[in-house]
Amino acid sequence: MTEGKALFTADHISRTFGSGRNLVTAVDHVSFELTEKEITTIVGESGSGKSTVARMVLGLLPVSAGRLTFDGQDVTKLSTTARIAYWRDVQAVFQDPFSSFNQFFTVRRLLNRSLRMLDRVSAKERLEEALGHVGMDLDVLDRFPHQLSGGQRQRIMIARALMLRPRLLIADEATSMLDASLRVNILNVLTDLRDQLGMTVLFITHDIGQACYLADKVLVMEKGVMVEQGPTDDVIFNPQHEYTQRLLADVPRLHESA
Amino acid sequence: MKPLLVAEDIHGVYHSGHTELHAVDHVSLSLEEGEVLGLAGESGSGKSTLGAIISLTARPPLYVENGTLQVDGEELVLDGSQRIPRTWRGSVVSLLPQGAMNSISPTMRVRDLVVDVVRAHDRRVKKSEAIDLARDRFATLGLPVRALDAYPHQLSGGMKQRTVTVISTLLNPRILIADEPTSALDVTSQKALIDMLLDMLEKKIMSGVIFITHDLPVLRTVSTRLAIMYRGKIVETGDTAEMVDDPQHPYTRALLGSVLVPEPKYRKIRIEGMKGFEDAPSTGRTS
Repeated sequence: MTEGKALFTADHISRTFGSGRNLVTAVDHVSFELTEKEITTIVGESGSGKSTVARMVLGLLPVSAGRLTFDGQDVTKLSTTARIAYWRDVQAVFQDPFSSFNQFFTVRRLLNRSLRMLDRVSAKERLEEALGHVGMDLDVLDRFPHQLSGGQRQRIMIARALMLRPRLLIADEATSMLDASLRVNILNVLTDLRDQLGMTVLFITHDIGQACYLADKVLVMEKGVMVEQGPTDDVIFNPQHEYTQRLLADVPRLHESA
Repeated sequence: MKPLLVAEDIHGVYHSGHTELHAVDHVSLSLEEGEVLGLAGESGSGKSTLGAIISLTARPPLYVENGTLQVDGEELVLDGSQRIPRTWRGSVVSLLPQGAMNSISPTMRVRDLVVDVVRAHDRRVKKSEAIDLARDRFATLGLPVRALDAYPHQLSGGMKQRTVTVISTLLNPRILIADEPTSALDVTSQKALIDMLLDMLEKKIMSGVIFITHDLPVLRTVSTRLAIMYRGKIVETGDTAEMVDDPQHPYTRALLGSVLVPEPKYRKIRIEGMKGFEDAPSTGRTS
């Protein structure tokens, strides 16, 4: 595989919470690149700092140290207007498809609200296009969230992100609350987006099985430190770091010999 | 040998206005001494409802319309005609509820919860006795005893889940019904919890476990037998290894086919998930 262009780079970013005796370093000098048109996955157990990284990439949380660049531009510190412009290019889907909806809005109203970020676009066209990408019919637009299953809600959330035609999509544990059977559908949507639209995806999970199915590149985090990164085949089938090996050994298998 | 638990012809219905949802549709199952029975299925397949009925914690709008439970030769009719004896809940069957790690009151130390749980079953137990019981149990299972003095937020997710598991089995129930105990945990904590459950079985703290989850690889490591639920019915049941290697029912096959594990072949193939069973989550049957 030829090395593509880096769309996003993080250079020695850190994040600390609290101060003095209660100082916690959630992310400690982490560096990585997100290659254009690739799916990069961050794996690690609870508390490893992977979601903190996602929030910093999104500009929802300021970094304590380090530098972030997107498409050659420094995005470490953004003004409010610049951040809104940044979000036209960088969108996210979060873990919980049940609480990310306003229960009183129909899907149509929810999706239309996102378009306020853009000037004068044909709302109808964008809606149809985005729902098409996630494989949903237009009749879902007049439904309320409680009429949808978890998998359908998560696909709507992906459609919402896609309407802005972002260049980078961040999925933070986007499939963790779904059944194994629905999970595969969402993962297939993400791989289709990469293959058909050339989307760059940052996928965050604690499930190595999903990373293995989906990712072009895997980053492994332990207690705020990036312990290993590289192409999926190298990291998962020939892990070098002791932590990655332990993580893999703990994964329950379906068949005895793996 | 007589099985530890026999549940026969269980029928559970949710009443809501004029509609009825038959979430558990005439289901029978049995559990042997020392066995872990894995109950798997998608969201809405009725597995948690069945767990609630067997653990005698069914509450309106869920009504048990039919079914009997036999434990150690004693029979209980569940259709409401017979009063459920107080002594059964917690000491014969005990439920480890879904999201159990969030069920510890955040303003209470763990040891105070222990006292509440033990006293709910026997008011005469002294506070110190209840705490000693828990302390011994923690020590037996190799858990840090100081967790008893902690508030829930001071414990990690995995530790909270193990703590609640120990508390729910303090009264040595014959059968533990564990509803999605590992689903919110990362793989390392999952393994710790599973090892602890197996250790508890070996030490005869409880005699059998019904393990409810949608996570088939976890069941592969923990359960002796599997029962697959789909739309309120058990569609297939059998030895775990045999079922995983050679599933008979198309639904079982589809469920197994959508599991992702880090093995080289998953790098190349595209998995289609539940082809043909897309509407599965719209549960049971309505009438």
